[in-house]
Amino acid sequence: MNASTTTTHSVPSAEACLSLQDVSISYGYGKNVAVNHVFMEIPKGKVTAFIGPSGCGKSTVLRALNRMNDLIEGCSLKGRVLFDGQDLYDRRVDPVEVRRRIGMVFQKPNPFPKSIYENIAFGARINGYRGDMDELVESSLRKAALWDEAKDKLKESGFSLSGGQQQRLCIARTIAVQPEVILMDEPCSALDPISTLKIEETMHELKKTFTIVIVTHNMQQATRVSDLTGFFNVTSLPDMDGKVGCLEEFGETERIFNSPVQQSTQDYVSGRFG
Amino acid sequence: MDSQARPASNSVNRSLHRKPNLPRNRWNVIFTGLAAFFAATVVLPLVLVLAYVVIKGASMMSLTLLSELPPSPGMTGGGIGNAILGTLIVSLIAALIAIPVGVGGGIYLAEYSKGGAFASFVRFGTNVLSGVPSIICGVFVYGLIVATRIFFDQSYSAMAGGIALSVLMLPTIIKTTDEGLKLVPQELRWGAIGVGASKFITITRITLPTAFKPIATGIVLSIARAAGETAPLIFTALFSPFWPEGLFSPIASMSVLIYNFAIMPYDVQIALAWATSFVLVMMILVMNIFARYVGSLNRI
Repeated sequence: MNASTTTTHSVPSAEACLSLQDVSISYGYGKNVAVNHVFMEIPKGKVTAFIGPSGCGKSTVLRALNRMNDLIEGCSLKGRVLFDGQDLYDRRVDPVEVRRRIGMVFQKPNPFPKSIYENIAFGARINGYRGDMDELVESSLRKAALWDEAKDKLKESGFSLSGGQQQRLCIARTIAVQPEVILMDEPCSALDPISTLKIEETMHELKKTFTIVIVTHNMQQATRVSDLTGFFNVTSLPDMDGKVGCLEEFGETERIFNSPVQQSTQDYVSGRFG
Repeated sequence: MDSQARPASNSVNRSLHRKPNLPRNRWNVIFTGLAAFFAATVVLPLVLVLAYVVIKGASMMSLTLLSELPPSPGMTGGGIGNAILGTLIVSLIAALIAIPVGVGGGIYLAEYSKGGAFASFVRFGTNVLSGVPSIICGVFVYGLIVATRIFFDQSYSAMAGGIALSVLMLPTIIKTTDEGLKLVPQELRWGAIGVGASKFITITRITLPTAFKPIATGIVLSIARAAGETAPLIFTALFSPFWPEGLFSPIASMSVLIYNFAIMPYDVQIALAWATSFVLVMMILVMNIFARYVGSLNRI
């Protein structure tokens, strides 16, 4: 293990799916650095959780993984993000193609103003899906544990569902595109505990097929769903304005929560901080 | 001043009954009366104009009126069929030009522009254009198209009239599209982009349909407004006592017919002008009601 600043932690076994190499992300055309020098290997077929206090850049890093940050004016990234051995920020890479293989579920449920069926069919259709759409809709809803609740109202608006169901619809929509990775940005922060539980159960199912990266504020959730945890922290750097996020520690969830190496991680996971 | 109006504040059995003579109560009455007077004054022209047009025009309504050509001066009978058809044609031309350009401009402003100088300039220009008097649009198109005989060496034409009206419609359509698209939650765009939609797909399949209501309402209202314009048509479409001959010939329209006939010294023509006013007002009313209906549509 490297000592000092880089804080990279190699994860034993499992091949890397996404690999972040010295990633720094800044907003406002380089004026505000959000997160600095992140090294990380996200393994295939596992659930990786990002935890940390607000403003530590964990959502920023997550959005960098499928180039959603492109939508934010003045956001730029230094370093390399490798997916399947390809640099996502290579000039020849088409961000649309990236997002088809790395799907995303957002903080607030955001179903399209279409029917439940169309919500799921939309992504598959624009991705050129040629198979049986009914079958895809059913299997996606089943994987998102929404089939039983939604099978009788597939023609109804996505907004007719409750908040938790809407979020599972968004997960089903993402699954329908058949990506390799699903990114989740605090998917349960707008939901009640029962809906949260259902989504967590869904994630256990999804883990078998997809690599999942989840940002969460809820540490219990991280311990319940994730195999690996990355702890992000905010620090004030002497040579920069404001605060900057960095990856403090990354490793197996059990180790991060039970025997973290860094004192700040220990403080955060035990609730003495933030 | 009445001593009863100002009882001592420490009076023990001060009555809670309303005293109409208190200054504050008098002022209350005066200002309430004033507000009611102005409210009535505001409603008055609205009701009077509609009532007058209905009384003068509605009695003339008949199939002949809607389907025949206007009579020659001095003759009786006839109708305004060519003017109704002309207004529909000119408005249709205007809509066909203004809707794609206006919606496209609105999409550019809301979805593509990054709030730079050019976008601010377009937004500012749109506001200015919406305040430009309609007669100036007419003179502009006259100078651009009619005087130069640009279309097949024709001067006044239905096409020129449609273009003049489309200039009038543009700012409304650009603005309602821009505002309507801005109301679409950012999360919806993220959602579409997150499942691998390109920008084009996101706009055409998610953002535009979501903003359909305000955009459609704005379009219908702008058509209704343009259909009643006179000034831009006098210089461009002119008038014709005959049925429309083609897109590149002068064409009759209801508003110009009113303008021409209302000042003629013949009772028949004046009566036709009233009847036309009635038809025009009803058409605009129906379009406004249609716009409200579109605005209340509940899409999935």
